[in-house]
Amino acid sequence: MDRKFSVIGKPLRKVDALAKCVGETRYADDIELPRMLYAKQLRSSYPHARIRSIDTERARQVPGVYAVIIGVELPEKFGIMPSTQDEEALAIEKVRYAGDPVAAVAASTEALAEEALRLIEVDYEPLKPILSIEEALASTEESERIHSWNRRANVQKAVSFEFGDVARGFEEAEEIFEDTFFFQGNTHLPMEQYCALAQYGPQEKLTLWSSTQTPHYVHRALSKVLGLPMGRIRVIAAPVGGGFGGKSDPFSHEICVAKLAMITGRPVKITLTREESFYVHRGRHPVKMWMRTGVKKDGTLQAMHFRSFLDGGGYSSYGLASVYYTGALQTVTYKLPAYKFEGVRVFTNKPACGPKRGHGTPQPRFALEVQLDKIAEKLGIDPIELRLRQLVEPNSIMVNGLRVSTCGLKECIEKVAARADWKNKFRKLPYGRGVGFAASSYISGAGLPIYWNEMPHSGVQIRLDRGGGITVFCGSIDIGQGSDSILAFAVAEEFGVDLADIRVVTADTDLTPVDLGSYSSRVTVMTGNAAIQACRKLKEMLLPTASEMLEVSEDDLEMAEGQVRSRSYPKRAVSFAACVEKAEAKFGTLGATGSYRPPRHPANYKGSGVGPTPAYSYSASIVGLCCDPETADVKIEKVWIAHDCGRAFNPLLVEGQVEGSVYMALGEALMEEQVFRKSGLHKYPSILEYKSPTTLETPEIETILVETNDPEGPFGAKEAGQGPLLPVIPAVSNALYDAIGVRIDELPITPDKILRALEGRLKPVSVPSFDFPPPIKWQPGEGIEVRQKS
Amino acid sequence: MRKSKTSGANERLTKRLLRLRVNGEIKEVATETSKTLLEVLREDLNLTGTKHGCELGECGTCTVLINNEPILSCLMLGVESEDVDIVTVEGLMQNGRPHPLQKAFADLGATQCGYCIPGIILAAKALLDKTPHPTRQQISQGLSGNLCRCTGYTKILDAVELAAQSEAR
Repeated sequence: MDRKFSVIGKPLRKVDALAKCVGETRYADDIELPRMLYAKQLRSSYPHARIRSIDTERARQVPGVYAVIIGVELPEKFGIMPSTQDEEALAIEKVRYAGDPVAAVAASTEALAEEALRLIEVDYEPLKPILSIEEALASTEESERIHSWNRRANVQKAVSFEFGDVARGFEEAEEIFEDTFFFQGNTHLPMEQYCALAQYGPQEKLTLWSSTQTPHYVHRALSKVLGLPMGRIRVIAAPVGGGFGGKSDPFSHEICVAKLAMITGRPVKITLTREESFYVHRGRHPVKMWMRTGVKKDGTLQAMHFRSFLDGGGYSSYGLASVYYTGALQTVTYKLPAYKFEGVRVFTNKPACGPKRGHGTPQPRFALEVQLDKIAEKLGIDPIELRLRQLVEPNSIMVNGLRVSTCGLKECIEKVAARADWKNKFRKLPYGRGVGFAASSYISGAGLPIYWNEMPHSGVQIRLDRGGGITVFCGSIDIGQGSDSILAFAVAEEFGVDLADIRVVTADTDLTPVDLGSYSSRVTVMTGNAAIQACRKLKEMLLPTASEMLEVSEDDLEMAEGQVRSRSYPKRAVSFAACVEKAEAKFGTLGATGSYRPPRHPANYKGSGVGPTPAYSYSASIVGLCCDPETADVKIEKVWIAHDCGRAFNPLLVEGQVEGSVYMALGEALMEEQVFRKSGLHKYPSILEYKSPTTLETPEIETILVETNDPEGPFGAKEAGQGPLLPVIPAVSNALYDAIGVRIDELPITPDKILRALEGRLKPVSVPSFDFPPPIKWQPGEGIEVRQKS
Repeated sequence: MRKSKTSGANERLTKRLLRLRVNGEIKEVATETSKTLLEVLREDLNLTGTKHGCELGECGTCTVLINNEPILSCLMLGVESEDVDIVTVEGLMQNGRPHPLQKAFADLGATQCGYCIPGIILAAKALLDKTPHPTRQQISQGLSGNLCRCTGYTKILDAVELAAQSEAR
């Protein structure tokens, strides 16, 4: 079915674009309420210490200070993953990273709140800080333990899986490759810092505005920690000034302002400084990796054994999912008959890591794609040809049970190779210039919710107004990716109406049905499907009404150009508004809901919940760069990228996501790193020191959209927001090898590493030894039968 | 009982009266002398279109125009801002119509989260006022002090090119 669209596929302006360009959009920190107080948090300067006592008496005496709170007043623990809730709004017995909040103050001005913080006396008993993966794995003493709930000292989670016959795969392999890699951590650095504002009214209802990607999870966490029923809490996500995963947890500062508002009876706002935002973090995990791969002489994969070691920081955050994600998606690009994965996430005394664009998958993708480049080199096969020989088939089940529906990877690779003129450049450019290739895949939303439940992942409610106005309500939050626009586009397409007639109300737990949040690239697929379902329910009232009005059979009706009309005699038409009025007279007030839950996935082993999705996106990228061998300065000349987005819901928005992903990948590949001193303090906690690409470092990006029309996607769409980041980072490393003949298996690829490599002094990445648990074994065919849309 | 928090009437005033020219209007505002122009604009004049990203002069987010020059409003004090023409993003609309740069940014998808966009549009305006037909490289140079984490800059550069071509400017 190639349906003709009026809105989908068009490069339309986002519904909120102009408001953002004229300065009208009100972000969290732009909101002011009468009688508002300002909050500040006192943060630990020790990375690891026991709190002996906290004396807040002097702070309370400062005129203009209205409340001071410490941890014992908020003893209930919270955390995004239900099984690893190890965070406290304010640390009670010990601090686990330099920057861990221990007290919060509400005062009439920020300056007074700061003055009060200086008067709070905390008596710490410093403990030995654990600052590396190795130290965490070696720690045995009770005093070295960062948390007490986990079984093994400083091991948050260790997992092990074996899919297919790994031993046989390696036996049958003709060549075996073994490599180690290190992906340094980095942070999201959204331009907007964290901000939250709480109000507690005389009706004993709490309202929280926050810059959050997950208002629903914040709603749940507030209820748990404050002991208020969810019905008495309203969470409104303000338009988010950049997220990239960093605003997906419920946070200490959100809970603190809520508590302070309840104590003072006045609105309380907190805006974190840029430095604090670096410490709140939840960014890319530093991951050490070991990858062993067995291949035939023609390069076909026989077996892979992969180990990941994640440096998690002081708290669990999303870490449980992160460790699984480092192992899950190796299988969905190339046919892999046998695969063993072992992963471990450790606690260290640093800010907690969490999800950043690509969540847990850019690190193993870097390892895999660089290793394939090495394999191709050794076997004398073009690296693109090596991959094309063994791409996964559409509509197939992978060795670890993941189900792939559509797959446009072949087309992505062929197009990107042609546009970049790969054949004439690879290994043919002069010394100092090179091209590198890599491919990847990502999920369009997680198959399972974060907390176990059978409810929808996304809900949409639509209200039709007399006069033809349409209001769409949905819990999703626009973080810049365009989720508000996606709702409007889907509804405009279904009803054939002008976008100007649609108003979108989102991310307000009092008004909008639950959407789980803007994470895991889930929003277009899930809210899009929910919106379509709601529209179709309304059509069940509108179409019979129009049929009666026009005396035309329902089958012959179409909704287009603001009308309901006969397909055969387009002049027999009634306006959408008139049809709505008649339908309201007939059926009563018009409204409908739609919802979406991802399909069931075939695998049924413990841990199989991470990796499944309604549909995988695919990307392929070629990076062209030059490197001055004297200074090791790397300049990216151009990036070509092809992305299988299912269907380009709106090509402007999809391209924007691809370009933003490429940019962010280049920052991670070449300069960005979140690293710490021995004191536990951040080395670069400012925008000047934390290097990220400006216009001058960002090259020309040529984006090619590949459309596969996925049956599970709304109008065929898949994700675009995270997947395109994945291939670019390994492509940079592979291009550098093509340019100057050295491999850098350690990110970011900074000039000092390149110079050491050129001088033969860059040591391979060392990987710790660890006693992984016995693997959970699973074979394809053992799972449950799942029917698939086609 | 809580002690009275109100200051005594005999305490000295902490604010100074400033007369500012913002977006063509004269604004009189009583403000602390320690406040940056950024804070005066946002907190005292409620012109929240100007955003803050670091308050250390590192990110370009708080850019405003002072006498048509792009200036980081986080590095300038309110008390230094008298007798100059201050233009914020709100001042670019004329008679309810967006400036060609604002329209081009919206039309081409150059705004994602939008947080850095007011500063970037003002930096771009200063560039186009001096160099009406800039090359791509000149645009890139002109905006190199403004960070954007969403777009990869591509569509931002496209939008400035489009605005430069638009006759209405």
